[in-house]
Amino acid sequence: MASTAGSEPGLPPTARPGWDDDRIERLLARLLQVGVLLSTLLVLAGGVVFLLHHGGTIPEYSRFAGEPAELSSVAGIIRSALRGDGRGLIQLGLLVLVATPVLRVAGSLVAFVALRDRTYVVLTSVVLLLLASSLAAVVF
Amino acid sequence: MNTLEITVLIGAGAFLAGLLGSLTGLGGGVVIVPLLTLVFGIDFRYAVGASLVSVIATSSGAAVAYVREGFTNVRLGMLLEVATTVGALVGAGLAGWITPSALAVVFGLVLLGSAWFSAQPRPEHVVETPDPLATRLHLDGTYPSLQGEKHYHVQRVPLGFGIMAGAGALSGMLGIGSGALKVLAMDQAMCLPFKVSTTTSNFMIGVTAAASAGIYLARGYVDPGLAMPVVLGVLAGATLGARLLTTTRSAMLRMIFAVVVAVLGVEMIINGLHGRI
Repeated sequence: MASTAGSEPGLPPTARPGWDDDRIERLLARLLQVGVLLSTLLVLAGGVVFLLHHGGTIPEYSRFAGEPAELSSVAGIIRSALRGDGRGLIQLGLLVLVATPVLRVAGSLVAFVALRDRTYVVLTSVVLLLLASSLAAVVF
Repeated sequence: MNTLEITVLIGAGAFLAGLLGSLTGLGGGVVIVPLLTLVFGIDFRYAVGASLVSVIATSSGAAVAYVREGFTNVRLGMLLEVATTVGALVGAGLAGWITPSALAVVFGLVLLGSAWFSAQPRPEHVVETPDPLATRLHLDGTYPSLQGEKHYHVQRVPLGFGIMAGAGALSGMLGIGSGALKVLAMDQAMCLPFKVSTTTSNFMIGVTAAASAGIYLARGYVDPGLAMPVVLGVLAGATLGARLLTTTRSAMLRMIFAVVVAVLGVEMIINGLHGRI
């Protein structure tokens, strides 16, 4: 298959062999695919439950009221999803979706550590910390 | 309209947006917010929340196909992600302070910019000389082409980094992927080959969007009942689009979509200025 950046012998001496060789890259992409699939299934299942219970109601999307804590925090979302609540299941699916790119960055960090590429270990850690700081808002 | 009817209609609209976005390469995310606010009268914050999660879905969903092609420059993506995630956090923070009407005007301007951008010829500049900073950061790479492996040298790293911070801020503020701006930064400022800039941009879009998604979720911008048809619709549309056309993009379709985007941009600005959004 196609070879990726840095894996060819003819490169200038400064370019090191990339960690992003086909196998790691594909594994990470596969991870994303599984994440998206799992998320889609949860959103679909939640959507069916939600529409069965609330399909006939009139939605209030034109006025912003925010979401209750049980749909805007990780603990609340998991609790309502376990109860089988449609909205909780959808929200859990969306959480999984948000987690997929974060997992991919974490996977890249592991790969850079394995390659002892210090610059990119630092850069990837910074990205991961920034993502964590945003997700902390949902967890706490 | 009851919830079932509006869900079906929004799902159909999102499907169309995802399909056109993927066929034209403009991304569907950019028309989701105007669709929801202008057509369905949905609150701007809910619209932005639903749009943002759909952006993550298309980006992560497309990753497998892109990796198979072997163009993504992961190092460059990671470096620029420092800029886009900082930008996204700042943008999402700002979005809580700026009125939806003002954000709608900014959104309209971004739509006009995207339409204009998509109508411009974009020359491919692949540079032969290495840039010292890019070399030190190991950013140069190769990509497969019909003539075999081709080398490229990344240029103007600081400029690209700066544009990416702006792209991240817009993404966090407006719930879009900012794909057009990311591609612009990479293939025009940093002189990357198209294939590399497009796939690396896709890699970055999901991470950038995930940075603001936490804040959006915590603020209650993500309504499950609304996000459900948007995510499923956009994802289905984008998947079908990728199957239908993988190599050539219809110039005609692209032009029509650009006009639609421009019209939506004008509508967003007018409605924002009148305080209707």
